[in-house]
Amino acid sequence: MRTLGAGGLARGLGFTACLLAFPFLFPEHWVVNIGIFTVMYMVLATSWNILGGFAGYLSLGHAAFFGLGAYAEAIAFEHIGIGSGYRPFAVLPLIGIGVAVLAVPIAWVALRVRAATFAIVTISLLFIVQQLAFNLHSLTNGAQGLSMPIPPFSVSTYELPFYLAMVGVWAAAVLASWYVATGKIGLMLFAIRDDEERARGVGVRVTFAKMVAFVLSAGLAGMAGGIFAYYEGFIYPQFAIDPLVTIGAVLMAFLGGRGTIWGPTLGALILVPTQQYLAFSQGASQLYLIAYAAVFLTIMLIMPRGIIPSVADFVVARRPKNGAPRSGEPATPVTGVPS
Amino acid sequence: MTALLEASDLRRHFGGVAAVDGCSLAVEEGTITALIGPNGSGKTTVFNLITGYLSADSGTVRFLGKTLRRPDPTALFRGGLSRTFQQARVFAALTLVENLVVAIQQPRRGLFRAATSQADRARAVEVLDEFGLAHLADRRAGELSFGQRKLLEFATVLMGRPRIVLLDEPTSGVNPVMVETMERHIRELHAQGMTFFVVEHDMHMVMRLCNPVIVLDHGAKIMEGAPGIVQRDPAVLDAYLGA
Repeated sequence: MRTLGAGGLARGLGFTACLLAFPFLFPEHWVVNIGIFTVMYMVLATSWNILGGFAGYLSLGHAAFFGLGAYAEAIAFEHIGIGSGYRPFAVLPLIGIGVAVLAVPIAWVALRVRAATFAIVTISLLFIVQQLAFNLHSLTNGAQGLSMPIPPFSVSTYELPFYLAMVGVWAAAVLASWYVATGKIGLMLFAIRDDEERARGVGVRVTFAKMVAFVLSAGLAGMAGGIFAYYEGFIYPQFAIDPLVTIGAVLMAFLGGRGTIWGPTLGALILVPTQQYLAFSQGASQLYLIAYAAVFLTIMLIMPRGIIPSVADFVVARRPKNGAPRSGEPATPVTGVPS
Repeated sequence: MTALLEASDLRRHFGGVAAVDGCSLAVEEGTITALIGPNGSGKTTVFNLITGYLSADSGTVRFLGKTLRRPDPTALFRGGLSRTFQQARVFAALTLVENLVVAIQQPRRGLFRAATSQADRARAVEVLDEFGLAHLADRRAGELSFGQRKLLEFATVLMGRPRIVLLDEPTSGVNPVMVETMERHIRELHAQGMTFFVVEHDMHMVMRLCNPVIVLDHGAKIMEGAPGIVQRDPAVLDAYLGA
């Protein structure tokens, strides 16, 4: 039986309440717009972390599944006629499942290799999916892209449904992360991250565990892609299947703390608004990218394991010796899951 | 007695070097069989070939009477064959309890249950207690000393309830007290019916613990017999001393 401590539950609920209250407290369109992209990256970093953080398989192709989800949503409108309004949101679970099913054969091939080779295979996958989006013209409309319907939402709260839908997917991603990390499957993934060969040697169902992580990670990213497509109203290959989306998600997971449940969310909360603010303040000079990199590198220099593990180490090191963890006690819980 | 584990004509080359060159051996059920030989004679490679960590160029492995074309470590573990390594391999980021629990076999649907159930923990702590590690149950394995890691690795493989355990230099690099602990555990488990196949450099331990003893040189078996006989065999002396 999984148990969630009162502190953990309170933190989770409190943070979710803050997220839900945000667009009502700051209803300006541009603020909620940044909120949507922040939560979108929270989903992407959290879902990437299930494979990249828990199992140690650093995928650079995560945006491929995000793009598949975006195209699935657009194709569902263009070719199936799902209609407008809230209906495109209703098909998100199906899109998640569809992308997850598509990810099964991909995982079966990609997970045969590890480390740098895996990273290369997954980034190749990203470009393959992008090329397919260009070339499957009858389905994707090629380089011209696909349009989504303009939703009949009130102008004053236009962004709100997209924001809330993204928060819903984020909650699903965090719950999935928690469920995996606190389960036997999580223990297996952590063992794989430590020493995959040894894990095989003590009977761990290595292939199955990695497949579950890969497929879950892909499905969640696909759902975020579906909302993105509907919100943007128009997608084309370079835009929906963009390597920079993957890079952003990976940076955020590293910044917050790879292998933790809340680290990717925290990383996205810091980096996305920072990026937006710097882009706004530096204008079109591209200098904002240098400032953005400087923020990331400074934090990583001070806290090389990421914010959550580093802070946890610091707290444990300062804790009184009597009664609780001894000197050298692992600061971050073994599974990397903050309590 | 019947052969629990057999290897026939195993061969493995690394470039132009024949690490294992036509090695055939059998481990009878209920024995503590030693595999000895000078450095570079291919002992660990034979272990790696038998357990599927390396694929053989040719030759076959039979376990429980079944021929394994490509031995798979996971399937072997589930089938009752476990091994340890010369450099103890533990999951450094996991606690000692988690190191043991991860080796408890689960049906697929059980993989989504909580990481460590009360029953799993109780069993893990019981095994850790036997190895004198229970007081460290919730510490990370990465914090253990080399000798403690060896004990933990040994304890981990026992979670699969193996019929045979392959120990690769179980006492190398550990202090005499730890050697004694290791030897006691091998004796106790052997008395309970477990079979051992041991690569070991400590000849005193081999002579008092193992029978039979298989001697390997240049990747092939040169002698097999009781410790007293092996000890006096001219071919063995020649391999070891170069006399």
